[in-house]
Amino acid sequence: MNGNNYGWGLPVAASSYAHDIDFGIILIHVAMVAIFVLWGIFFTYLLLKYRRRDGVPAEREHEHGALKSLAPDIVVMVFEIGLIVFYAIPSWSKIKMNFPQPGEANQVDIIAEQFAWNIHYPGADGKFGRRDPKLVHFSNPIGLDRDDKDAQDDVVLANEIHMPLGKPTLIRLSSKDVIHSFFIPEFRIKQDAMPGMVIPVWVTPTAVGKYELSCAQLCGFAHSFMRADVIVDTPEDFDAWLKSHAPVKQEAPTKAAESW
Amino acid sequence: MSTAVAAHPDAPTSGVTNAKLGIWLFLASEVMLFGTLFTTYLVLRMGAASWPRGWDVLNVPMGMVNTFVLITSSVTILLAYVKASEKNKSGFQLYMGLTILLSFAFLVIKGFEYGAHFAHGEFPSTSIFNAVYFTMTGLHGFHVICGIIVNSGLLYLSGEDFEHPLFAGRVEGAGLYWHFVDIVWIFLFPALYLL
Amino acid sequence: MNTHDEHHGGHHELTFWEKYVFSVDHKVIGLQYLITSFIFLLIGFSLMMLMRWQLAFPGHPIPLIGGLLSSSLAPNGVMTGEFYNQLGAMHGTIMVFLGIVPLAVGAFGNYIMPLQIGAPDMAFPRLNMMSYWLYLPGGLMMLSSFIMPGGPAQSGWTSYAPLAIINPGQTVWLLSMVVIITSSLLGAINFLVTGLNMRAPGLSLDRLPIFVWAQLVTSVLLLLAFPPLEAAAVLQLADRVMGTSFYLPSGLIILGQPLKASGGGQPLLWQHLFWFLAHPEVYVLVLPPMGIVSEIIASGTRKPLHGYKTMVGSMISLGIMSFIVWAHHMFLSGMSPMLGNFFLVTTMIISVPSVAILTCMIFSLKGGSIRFTVPMMFALAFLPLFGIGGLTGLPLGLTTTDIYLHDTYYVIGHFHYVVVTGSIIALFAGTYYWFPKWYGRKMDETLGKIHFWGTVICMNGIFFPMFIQGMAGQNRRYFDPTAAHHNIPTQPLHIVSSVFAWLLFLFQLPFIYNFFKSMWHGEISEENPWQATTLEWACPSPPPHGNFAKTPRVYRGPYEYSLPGHKTDWFPQNEEAKA
Repeated sequence: MNGNNYGWGLPVAASSYAHDIDFGIILIHVAMVAIFVLWGIFFTYLLLKYRRRDGVPAEREHEHGALKSLAPDIVVMVFEIGLIVFYAIPSWSKIKMNFPQPGEANQVDIIAEQFAWNIHYPGADGKFGRRDPKLVHFSNPIGLDRDDKDAQDDVVLANEIHMPLGKPTLIRLSSKDVIHSFFIPEFRIKQDAMPGMVIPVWVTPTAVGKYELSCAQLCGFAHSFMRADVIVDTPEDFDAWLKSHAPVKQEAPTKAAESW
Repeated sequence: MSTAVAAHPDAPTSGVTNAKLGIWLFLASEVMLFGTLFTTYLVLRMGAASWPRGWDVLNVPMGMVNTFVLITSSVTILLAYVKASEKNKSGFQLYMGLTILLSFAFLVIKGFEYGAHFAHGEFPSTSIFNAVYFTMTGLHGFHVICGIIVNSGLLYLSGEDFEHPLFAGRVEGAGLYWHFVDIVWIFLFPALYLL
Repeated sequence: MNTHDEHHGGHHELTFWEKYVFSVDHKVIGLQYLITSFIFLLIGFSLMMLMRWQLAFPGHPIPLIGGLLSSSLAPNGVMTGEFYNQLGAMHGTIMVFLGIVPLAVGAFGNYIMPLQIGAPDMAFPRLNMMSYWLYLPGGLMMLSSFIMPGGPAQSGWTSYAPLAIINPGQTVWLLSMVVIITSSLLGAINFLVTGLNMRAPGLSLDRLPIFVWAQLVTSVLLLLAFPPLEAAAVLQLADRVMGTSFYLPSGLIILGQPLKASGGGQPLLWQHLFWFLAHPEVYVLVLPPMGIVSEIIASGTRKPLHGYKTMVGSMISLGIMSFIVWAHHMFLSGMSPMLGNFFLVTTMIISVPSVAILTCMIFSLKGGSIRFTVPMMFALAFLPLFGIGGLTGLPLGLTTTDIYLHDTYYVIGHFHYVVVTGSIIALFAGTYYWFPKWYGRKMDETLGKIHFWGTVICMNGIFFPMFIQGMAGQNRRYFDPTAAHHNIPTQPLHIVSSVFAWLLFLFQLPFIYNFFKSMWHGEISEENPWQATTLEWACPSPPPHGNFAKTPRVYRGPYEYSLPGHKTDWFPQNEEAKA
């Protein structure tokens, strides 16, 4: 599945708003190609028609054509205003400003670090356990306080994210050290993870499959190796996975640490 | 600077001499520099969880004295310019000398303030407030030092060059710069000590 | 400071040092800038050729010179991630701050602008010399970071905090930036005073050549946009050297260890301050080239530029608008999405004057008698190629589509189309155009045409594939693109880009040869080889000290070509009309 997602064009679209973004990209590129081709034809015509020929002097135009030269500007402006009003602002608000209610979404905290993605699920109780920078340790990269009762069933993973199909996943994005950027090409979602800030991101996957999360902001020497698998399951499979995962972590944390 | 490569008499110009225009443009860039620092201060302060009251951590009386010292020096450099344009050499030297003395006084008082902070173990790295305080006053202090160098240079040159037709213009340029340094402090003092 | 009175007679014999090294003559300084910045461009380009090997063949030893590199940079000739990031950061910095800006402003501005306004020199010749003598040490300091402990900067030319604060090697970068910025500031003041105060009689603002306008607007941008970066760099330096936390939030944990810093700072602040400079900087990179292209198009078509006033107005509005679009580089940085909407609108507005300028340039061709000389060919190539650069800015400036395309190779393709096939092509055009002015000789046409076709084809071969890679979601600044699965299908395109990059280098050899050969052995040029109207052609080539034997007087606008009834098809600005 993974291999077929990518090619020389846009990757497979697998989130609820991926088509909104694709629509804009395709529309703009069609317009760009049209502008460039028309313009190129005109340009070539001018170069051929007005190349230097003996005995043909340049025609001196007087500045009456000011309006004419503004015509391309007006066309571009109308097109851009249309894009802003009917496309960019509405879809930008939908993606970056309207978040699903925490109750109806699958919640996950993602804590980026050099050079890994730490994934923190609240578990069955839906409550995130307390995280404390003082507790950060090789075996506990996010500093989760396991004594906190909310943390008992929390699931912590590295470089692997699971999401249920068709249900919004609400991500709270943060970083432990430098700026990283959360980018899943198939979902058309990107957001910088800024140290000192917690930034919400949401996505509703629309196809079961395995996708790729990569870091899109230079974060150090191993920037290009900072990636994670994104696995979208049916809601039933997702719940089963979450359930099967929680107790293992709780009972044998040392074993889990070894396997990293 | 040089107006020897002067424009043609009836050439279209801005109506301001090269030197003066140059100084004004330089000051425009300085405004952007300190504007950036003030913006930084505002942004950091608004984003901070807590911010100390200036008067709790800084020595307001000393800052106050320094404000008066600088304002006085602005007056003396203005008088130095007046004397220079009146071709009164000893008057110029008196007021320019006073200006330089006052600038040194400012630095000495600032030095005592810094010394007291260091003695209390307060360094730029201690807190974000200290970082802002030391950087802004430090850069301002650097500008004061540059002013002292320029003003001392003019005082020194006045020995031989006082009769030069452009001399008063140079004093005016130095004066503009010095007023700017003064104005920066007049913003810095309330922003850091009183707010 | 008042001893500089060369045109009042009273010459004294200049020593070699005064004449060629610490010269106060704007022409010598201009040529110093020209040669130095071309060398920096070549150095920056060489760094890129190394990177292109790693991108095309990740993990393979670099051929030929791989074995010469130290084992910490390239063990067994295979580049490390640190080394790749160092090359990337230095490539960007050198090309922008040490290559294109000094070439466009320091070299062309310095040499040509005073001539075009009929001035004997810059307003402050010594300040001018100081600008160069800050630029060169600043540049050498930047290069010296390669041999400093910790190596050169490796956090991108944007130097984003906190990475730039915790990474080794950034300190020298910041210090050199402060020096280079100071040099540019002095230059900007000098240019503005010269342009406003030193114009020849009759040369009112509405008769200024477009190139002079471009330099003036550029100088305003440098004057007002650089100080914030200088302040920002000082703060970052303080973070690195004095242990302050301007850009460091509380509670950072670096590789498992808590960072010893007071915290309380904001990483976003750096980005705002940086882009507040760096967006106007884009216009610093393109306005002087636009000026060059306008000059060449006017003389190459033998007719007045279409819409002189529109062009000047557009340049001024570009300059003003460029101060309120900076955060379109930061849509996804975590700043408020509402702010994103604001900057979206300003960004779309700024595209209007850019379109107007390009439209005027192309309408200028209509009705002309186009002479396909080498400078004209470069100037004409600028139009469609810069057009691609401009058009591809559209999906990046639009918030929604930027979500996907931000920080991908699409961005790299976009800005390289703007500054390489745009600015650098135009700077080549200017070099061929004004070479006779500098040396009194012409550059060779055949070699010039080989250089032209090779350069244009190779540049497109390098940058066009990047749009496809960006569309496929390939992230920029990846040391090993194949590490992410979604990059693998477009990996062959990296090989295409790389091959064209190395070919591009080969096609610069005729240019270098042509430049030095023509300098001494080129065909002697007549005084006004392009039969142009502007003032720089009203004095001998190369102009003597003090430029004009007699201050010229200006009677008309800058582009009086093909005026009916006039004996020739050009009517110089300083030629008195027969009654």
